[in-house]
Amino acid sequence: MKITDITKFAFRAATGYPTRTLLMLLAMAIGVGSVVLLSTLGDGARRYVIGQFSSLGTNLLIVLPGRSETVGGPPPLLGITPRDLTIADAMALHRSSAIRYVAPIAVGAAPVSRGGRTREVTILGSTPQLYQVRQLTMDKGRFLPEIDPSRGAPVCVLGHETKRELFGNDQAVGELIRIGDWRFRVIGVLSAKGESIGLDIADIVIVPVASAQSIFNTTSLFRIMVEAVNRDAIPRAKKHIARIIRERHDGDDDITIISQDAVLATFDKIFTALTLTVASIASISLAVAGILIMNVMLIAVSQRRSEVGLLKAVGAPAGQILLLFLAESAVLSAIGAVFGLILAAIATFILSRVFPDFPLATPLWSLWAGVGVAVVTGVLFGVMPARRAARLDPVQSLSRR
Amino acid sequence: MISLSKIRREFQVGDEQVLALRDVDLTIKTGEYVSIMGPSGSGKSTLLNIIGLLDRPDKGSYLLEEEDMTDLDDRQQAELRRHKIGFVFQFFHLVPRMTAADNIELPMMLSGLEPKERKDRVHAALASFGLSNRANHRPDQLSGGQRQRVAIARATIMEPHILLADEPTGNLDRVSGQEVIDIIEALNQKNITLIMVTHDPELGRRAGRRINMLDGRIDSDG
Repeated sequence: MKITDITKFAFRAATGYPTRTLLMLLAMAIGVGSVVLLSTLGDGARRYVIGQFSSLGTNLLIVLPGRSETVGGPPPLLGITPRDLTIADAMALHRSSAIRYVAPIAVGAAPVSRGGRTREVTILGSTPQLYQVRQLTMDKGRFLPEIDPSRGAPVCVLGHETKRELFGNDQAVGELIRIGDWRFRVIGVLSAKGESIGLDIADIVIVPVASAQSIFNTTSLFRIMVEAVNRDAIPRAKKHIARIIRERHDGDDDITIISQDAVLATFDKIFTALTLTVASIASISLAVAGILIMNVMLIAVSQRRSEVGLLKAVGAPAGQILLLFLAESAVLSAIGAVFGLILAAIATFILSRVFPDFPLATPLWSLWAGVGVAVVTGVLFGVMPARRAARLDPVQSLSRR
Repeated sequence: MISLSKIRREFQVGDEQVLALRDVDLTIKTGEYVSIMGPSGSGKSTLLNIIGLLDRPDKGSYLLEEEDMTDLDDRQQAELRRHKIGFVFQFFHLVPRMTAADNIELPMMLSGLEPKERKDRVHAALASFGLSNRANHRPDQLSGGQRQRVAIARATIMEPHILLADEPTGNLDRVSGQEVIDIIEALNQKNITLIMVTHDPELGRRAGRRINMLDGRIDSDG
């Protein structure tokens, strides 16, 4: 028997009984659709997070105070507290040839007011190089001026959202605002760039780092952001940072240096695992659809006993009948899978309309996995009914009308 | 040439063993026209099924064209059914979702003939059975006589040597029944062995050789 004939026969048998076929297709379509859709969502979440990290800037290193890794040696019985990072530490990093930009960061929240309006806003203290490191763009005015980082200046740059809330549609550049007990002149407004991981760039006020330290009455930094001259320089920059800080901190390795690559790789792994997990959970519905296929095929076999008897009478051996019924459940699940893909495509389209910022793209593997699992399930669960059909006694099957 | 000797077939019905065939000996020559008659339960259908390789005897030997059928496996028997034997049933047994043409094509599809040849043969068969304008009708759109003609076309499309008919007119009115009989008798004229099981004595008398069965035995033969 030719493969095209088998397929045609199976297809006709499948479409010859529309109601049961539609029900079965529905179950398969929901199964496949949910696998594809959930993996699309999972992958979208991964892209979203990776995208957020990437927007931090390229070739980025983050220097944190304190050490998060164990390095062996005796436990810190004396209770060593890590030294704070200071502006001077940050400026010392400029000595490295592997480093292009250094942006010390001091962060806190303070009430910001202008006229009658007061808002609690994140205050970010930094230096002009933050502009390059975070790849910021200006909407109006200019960024922080090149001044001695250890000295403050009463100027500030507003995030897009903060500007809108404090000034509405009024001109902001040149105006004065109050941050805590201090007065600052607005010299620029950031353009709307959106969110960067952990920090809403839109809802922010950026001031010189020393001014921020005065506002929060501290001498320490939250972290230092460093941009290496290029990708290859990242390991060298890491080494230099560690050496420079160690020299400055009396020989103690009391900082942690995170490279963006490492963070990205970790998140990539986490989200890929998450996507696979969610897709596996969704594939449980495929198993349910498989059981439905088995059920429906069993009914089909008992409804079509005389057809099976006839096929045997006109010369189909048991193996051929097995093949025909298996092909029928494979065809059914394949059509169901196609409907599932369409369903997933429609759902993805709707979601992309509702959440335009969320990067939705169906991973190619999920298409193959969805369809593949559906067909394999269909065939597996089709084995039992097909065997039953193949074993039917032709005389008994033909004795009924 | 069909040669049965000491064919025995038992069925288990509930607790009871029913002997459907008790050591039947029968030889049918190629091209013969044989009718098998007898009351219900006399074993005539069982005999037909054993000759048609749809059923296996419990004892005895069956030679079809000098070849022993009793120890063939399922695949080999199916092969013989496909090429040497055609069945015509009382209830036609057409596949309801298929058109007349597709039903006739079915045995050729199962045996893997080329689509071109299949089409030609179906075309010829439809024409010779007067069904050309019914090719694309499904069985439920055909009359009883037309259905049986489609079934005969299907049974003969592989050019079998033996045609087995189980009450072929049992479900037809007089006129269409006569048409069907004319067709299968014409096939017999072309040297196809025709074995027909029937209740109808009038029909049975038409055959050159009449076998009467009673309680699983051949009661009269001639």
